[in-house]
Amino acid sequence: MRYAETGFNLEVDLTRGNIERVATDPRDTELYLGGLGTNAKILWDRVPPETDPFSPDNLLIFSAGLLCGTPATGCNRTIVSTISPQTLLMAFSMMGGFWAPELKYAGYDKVILRGKSPNLVYLWINNDKVEIRDASHLKGKGAVETAELIRHELKEPKAQVAAIGLAGENRVYFASIEQGRSSASRQGIGAVMGDKGLKAIVVRGTKDVNVAKPAEYMELCNEVLKYIKFRNENPIPGVMPILAGLGSPQEMKVHDEKWHTENFMWGNSRVRRKDFWNDEIARQWAETLDTMRTRLISCYNCPMTCGATISPPGLPTYMMKCFSKLTYTMAAFSDLEFGLGIAQSATEYGVDGFSTPQVMAFALELYENGILTDDDFPGMPADNEGRFRWLLDRIVRREGIGDVLANGTYWAARQIGKGAEEYAHNNIKKHEQLPLKLSMLNPIYFLMYSTGEKINITQIEGQFPQAPFFTVEEREDFVRDWFQVPDDKFKQILLDWEPRGEKSMPYYPTVQMCCDIVDWQERMHYIDDALGMCSGLSSFPLKPPYHIHNYPKFISAGAGIDMDEDKLTQATKRYRTLVRANNIRRGMRRKDEAPPQNHWKKRFPDLEKELLDTYYKFKGWNEQGIPTKESLHELGLDYVAEDFESRGIYSETENPSSEILAEAKNN
Amino acid sequence: MAEKKKKIVKTIKVDVDKCNGCRACEVACSAFHSAPKYSGNNPARSRIRVIREPLRDIYIPVYAGEYASAECMGRDKYVIDGKEYEECAFCRASCPSRDIFKEPDSGLPLKCDMCQDDPTLEKPLCVQWCLADALTYEEREEEVEEDVKLEDVEIGLESMIDKYGWEKVMDTVSRISASKKG
Ligand code: SF4
Ligand code: SF4
Ligand code: SF4
Repeated sequence: MRYAETGFNLEVDLTRGNIERVATDPRDTELYLGGLGTNAKILWDRVPPETDPFSPDNLLIFSAGLLCGTPATGCNRTIVSTISPQTLLMAFSMMGGFWAPELKYAGYDKVILRGKSPNLVYLWINNDKVEIRDASHLKGKGAVETAELIRHELKEPKAQVAAIGLAGENRVYFASIEQGRSSASRQGIGAVMGDKGLKAIVVRGTKDVNVAKPAEYMELCNEVLKYIKFRNENPIPGVMPILAGLGSPQEMKVHDEKWHTENFMWGNSRVRRKDFWNDEIARQWAETLDTMRTRLISCYNCPMTCGATISPPGLPTYMMKCFSKLTYTMAAFSDLEFGLGIAQSATEYGVDGFSTPQVMAFALELYENGILTDDDFPGMPADNEGRFRWLLDRIVRREGIGDVLANGTYWAARQIGKGAEEYAHNNIKKHEQLPLKLSMLNPIYFLMYSTGEKINITQIEGQFPQAPFFTVEEREDFVRDWFQVPDDKFKQILLDWEPRGEKSMPYYPTVQMCCDIVDWQERMHYIDDALGMCSGLSSFPLKPPYHIHNYPKFISAGAGIDMDEDKLTQATKRYRTLVRANNIRRGMRRKDEAPPQNHWKKRFPDLEKELLDTYYKFKGWNEQGIPTKESLHELGLDYVAEDFESRGIYSETENPSSEILAEAKNN
Repeated sequence: MAEKKKKIVKTIKVDVDKCNGCRACEVACSAFHSAPKYSGNNPARSRIRVIREPLRDIYIPVYAGEYASAECMGRDKYVIDGKEYEECAFCRASCPSRDIFKEPDSGLPLKCDMCQDDPTLEKPLCVQWCLADALTYEEREEEVEEDVKLEDVEIGLESMIDKYGWEKVMDTVSRISASKKG
């Protein structure tokens, strides 16, 4: 008997219309856990680096995490992995909501899609009955609309639907997959779904998911629940409100946006408006949110209510979460009413709430600077807000300039030329980042930005405070009940860390300390992504209910795999390395591992070099960021070393394959 | 004749305005009622169901009530605050007209038993797991006429008889018992 997991994957060949239920190897679960871990293994085994993202041979994997479907609070993530059309690297985007547990109850851990359907279809998984159904009547329909229509036509109000909108159908490089109150948005996985001719995956399951040691497991869950209650009643003092509590950033609850609006950049991630927030704006925005927000809502089995239903006047209701609340507003230098309104269309179209506003602001910047001209924008309205709506419509339809912009700022700039590259300034690994520009280098963030393969900083950071506390008392207070640390040395670092003086940034925490901190933060995120845990209850906030000390117990009692902290750390290192191996094989090297040039005003090239050198070594990677033969051997990944060897990756001098792919694509 | 007796009336107050649709109540209930306890998870076996339609702002946790052998002669449909609820939305019966409150495999009726357990739980589990306070538990003492209470097996059997007929059930029972003995 398999515990926590079902032990079966669904293999769907969309070209041939073939569906198979395939038993998985329990040894893979021990080695790679599940979710992201086993996704990385499948991509390694079955998608060679020559595969174009839009090739029928590219796989699109929807995976539930290992513990999804068990009573562990907040364990509801679907991990979607494929090769990204935007970065050309391994993409993995997570979504909360209700889909992953339902897949488990239907009897599957993953849905693995290959090939391409000649016509638009959707997949209907109803326990053992799985069918590919015609979706031609859903062509061009919004993602939310599609979910409603399908539930209605199947007469299955409890079915969970993950769907793409027009953007996915038209292979927009930043198209998302929308589901319930969540979305898997980053790295253009919606485009791959559209390319495969798949409009939606619909799931309904009514089978059991079992745990290995029931009483023990429930006890662990109860402890977590109790700690969540405690943390909800006791926010962390001395940090910004947004960092004081649990859950995803509570953007649907807060009215006070002084911090975001004055510290994040407006427009094409350029302009800081230091004195933006005032009483009048606060009043207006509060009124907007209060009138449009119907209710705060949660994901499956979680009390945190990080999302909300939003009903803009005259528009259908949709669901929103996190910072997409402000991204459109700030890109357009507009107000919240505009932001919440355009986000309704954006959700139906199915586009990433981070990249999309930036792409549009980028286009208008090019226009203002004469690189794009009136000829590129025939019929564009004159008013600012109208322009954004007009651009969004062109992009998701790939009409005119929209066809170029739909490839994201990196590729669009290359296509446009005439110096447009300068304006695509906020990318890492060809992907738009949070609109942040800061003054002095932060060595911890430098490492996370550079070496992160999850592309989004919010999916790498967490656990360790973002800034030092001013007083010794505050520090002592903070470390007193900081039991989540893997090692007490982290407490000491925090106690010694000063806002200025000798023990301050960028030279303190020291290079070695930065390596430890980044490694810890990253490890927690990778564990979450294998188990299907929401990072909002684990890797993202300070002092979370899930941590390195209780996770091994959850895995032992839940999945029946004998686990301890060392073994878990080693397993995480294994599939984290495998993610990197996929990307190395696709051409990622040290030169790709850099934050945007203008992310900080004050840079320290020598220190940055030392940071990267040391971190690479610490991780068991060589000076190019390639995992060494020895470290691969230690992780039982000799097959990766052999592959690298046969491809000449260890002996190469230049021009790895992604550059070749990229050039081929541009021609 | 039934006689007067003191009885604890257990009530779960449902505040739909506080419900966020997370279904933690379903999760807790299904785990509690699996055998061995907490070994299995399957909201489709839960004795509480959240009717959840976020786009229409509908969130109603409904508790499984009595088993009904036949569906009602007519249906009800509520409109509250301008929101139209689906037919029978608030009905707690495990009834032939719909799928809700039946074991997914056997089709046997499900009924909330207020988490009967030994020792008695301080609060029903769904209430404990609803951190939104949409579910609150209350007890009060009342004088009632004691009815003869049907056992689970009886309720199950009765539903089988309704579904397949008296003879068929008897036949099956004797066939199974013969084969078990043999
Ligand atoms: S913490 Fe928020 S985002 Fe995470 S599972 Fe809970 S409701 Fe969803
Ligand atoms: S646990 Fe509470 S908030 Fe969540 S669905 Fe049930 S009643 Fe609603
Ligand atoms: S009171 Fe107990 S049996 Fe009834 S619905 Fe709640 S958890 Fe289930």
